[in-house]
Amino acid sequence: MPNKTPAWKKAILYAVLILICVVTLLPLIWMLSASLKLDKDVFRIPIEWIPSDPAWSNYQRIWEQVPMLRFTFNTFKVTVITTVIQVFTCSFAAYGFAKCQFRGRNVLFLIYVATIAVPWQVYMLPQYTMMNAVHLVDTHAVLILLHSFDAFGVFLLRQFCMGIPNELLEAARIDGLSEYGIYRKIALPQMGPSIATLVIFTFVTNWNDFMGPMIYLNSTELKTVQLGIRMFMGQYSTEYGLIMAASVVSLIPVVIVFLMFQKKFVQGIATSGLKG
Amino acid sequence: MAVKEKTGRRAPSGQRTGMTLRRRRTLVGMSFITPNFVGFFVLNLIPILFALLLCFNKWDGFNPMEFAGLDNFKYIFTHKVFQQAVIKTLVFTMCSVAITTMLSLGLAVLINQKIKGIGIFRTAIFFPYVASVVAVAAVWQMLFQKDMGLVNEVLRAIGVADPPGWFASTKWALPAVIIVNIWKNMGYYMIIYLAALQDIPTSLVEAGMIDGANAWQRFWRIKWPLLGNATFFVVMMLTINCFKSFDLIYALTEGGPGTATTLLSQYIYNQSFISWDYGRASAAAMVLFAIVAVITLFQFRLEKKFSNN
Repeated sequence: MPNKTPAWKKAILYAVLILICVVTLLPLIWMLSASLKLDKDVFRIPIEWIPSDPAWSNYQRIWEQVPMLRFTFNTFKVTVITTVIQVFTCSFAAYGFAKCQFRGRNVLFLIYVATIAVPWQVYMLPQYTMMNAVHLVDTHAVLILLHSFDAFGVFLLRQFCMGIPNELLEAARIDGLSEYGIYRKIALPQMGPSIATLVIFTFVTNWNDFMGPMIYLNSTELKTVQLGIRMFMGQYSTEYGLIMAASVVSLIPVVIVFLMFQKKFVQGIATSGLKG
Repeated sequence: MAVKEKTGRRAPSGQRTGMTLRRRRTLVGMSFITPNFVGFFVLNLIPILFALLLCFNKWDGFNPMEFAGLDNFKYIFTHKVFQQAVIKTLVFTMCSVAITTMLSLGLAVLINQKIKGIGIFRTAIFFPYVASVVAVAAVWQMLFQKDMGLVNEVLRAIGVADPPGWFASTKWALPAVIIVNIWKNMGYYMIIYLAALQDIPTSLVEAGMIDGANAWQRFWRIKWPLLGNATFFVVMMLTINCFKSFDLIYALTEGGPGTATTLLSQYIYNQSFISWDYGRASAAAMVLFAIVAVITLFQFRLEKKFSNN
């Protein structure tokens, strides 16, 4: 380090950064605070940021008033299955696009990339009609199908796969490994970091997905966490403390995953963003 | 480049069955892509083509489809709600893009420091991006409450006598939606700027320092020109994402009050799942698609120009 920042400059910088972060996180801090208050206290001024008598009962009541446990289980189920399917089919396709040479490959890939640009609103209705025709509306299968073949996953993994040195694959070919063997023994382990990124993105997208379940699910017992909070908001619209408690609970899995893997997030955005 | 001709390799099994190497390679390559492609084809590609067909037809999903020519387009282009939706989408997009770009660049510059704990700040600012729209909408609805909400309390405290009703007001609902949209997404674009800032060689910045440039000059004369690609990318991505943005606005206002926050995507949704008018919904969707496609093509053209320089 050629230059040393003076202490007072550092202090100012920290102060500014802390201020920005507090302002950014204020809505979430407020959410947390309100989730521990009785409805009559939620909007009381001056704001008691740390409730002196926290209403922990809010966190108990949300499980009793709507089947939140059921919703959580449903969401986990859909998310896990989708993630597994996506990792397998996407990494497979990514290897094909990046490392197999065959006619029509580039055209196919172009079609994939082009559909990323097509807004979902364009085909959400035809998709719904098709799903309705095969009686998949109001099932979990439809949500899994909807997210499992996302072109973005193929794109992300393919970009990463391109970076695997061809010499490595060539050496394996000379050793007599089949293309499938190369994929499994060489490419897949090499793709590890980008697969981790894809898993995290898929998890968060699925957990947070709102429009998919809203359009496709009617039965209460099939609903997901996001719909659960909406249900809450519809049925108990003035029970502010409860709505906030349910919101906090719905954020927890994402917070955990995000804090554990935030480096991967940042890498994923930086690579898929700039070099894409 | 890959070595195309392979010598000294064991006889591939395909040769035994009389297949050419090329044919065999195509089959192997296809076999890798097929599992994903089948899903992709059925769930994305066919519906897209189906939408293309629907926009020229009249259909409610039950009765037989009738060819309608350009009637659907004629209808939506003269429909006042549609016209307003287009204008509102443009306002929403322009405001969001301008402010988000500036904020994310400012934040990235501020965060791009070699001091302890910077990761915590980055995480904090990025977090709203991964938070679910439903939870985020729930809390912002309370913060923007007319009489008791925190935002208006603050406004009253700094002397605004009659603060707006935000989501309850036809005039202020759109600005409120824009504010939440900016708040939620700025962290994402900050990360992109951060990556670009970290790619700038330190030698360049140090050279500027030796020449006596202050921090302000170093930024505008040295870093800013080098951020051209990133800025371009951020603006394009933001524009496309704003045109498409749907679930956040839906969760906040469902397009209301009235049609105050009914943007193009909400209009498509209403035509689809409220009016069940497949033709008009698809026609409106094609308009959205055309706008996004033009921007994307524009982006590719300019990107080529940039990379050639």
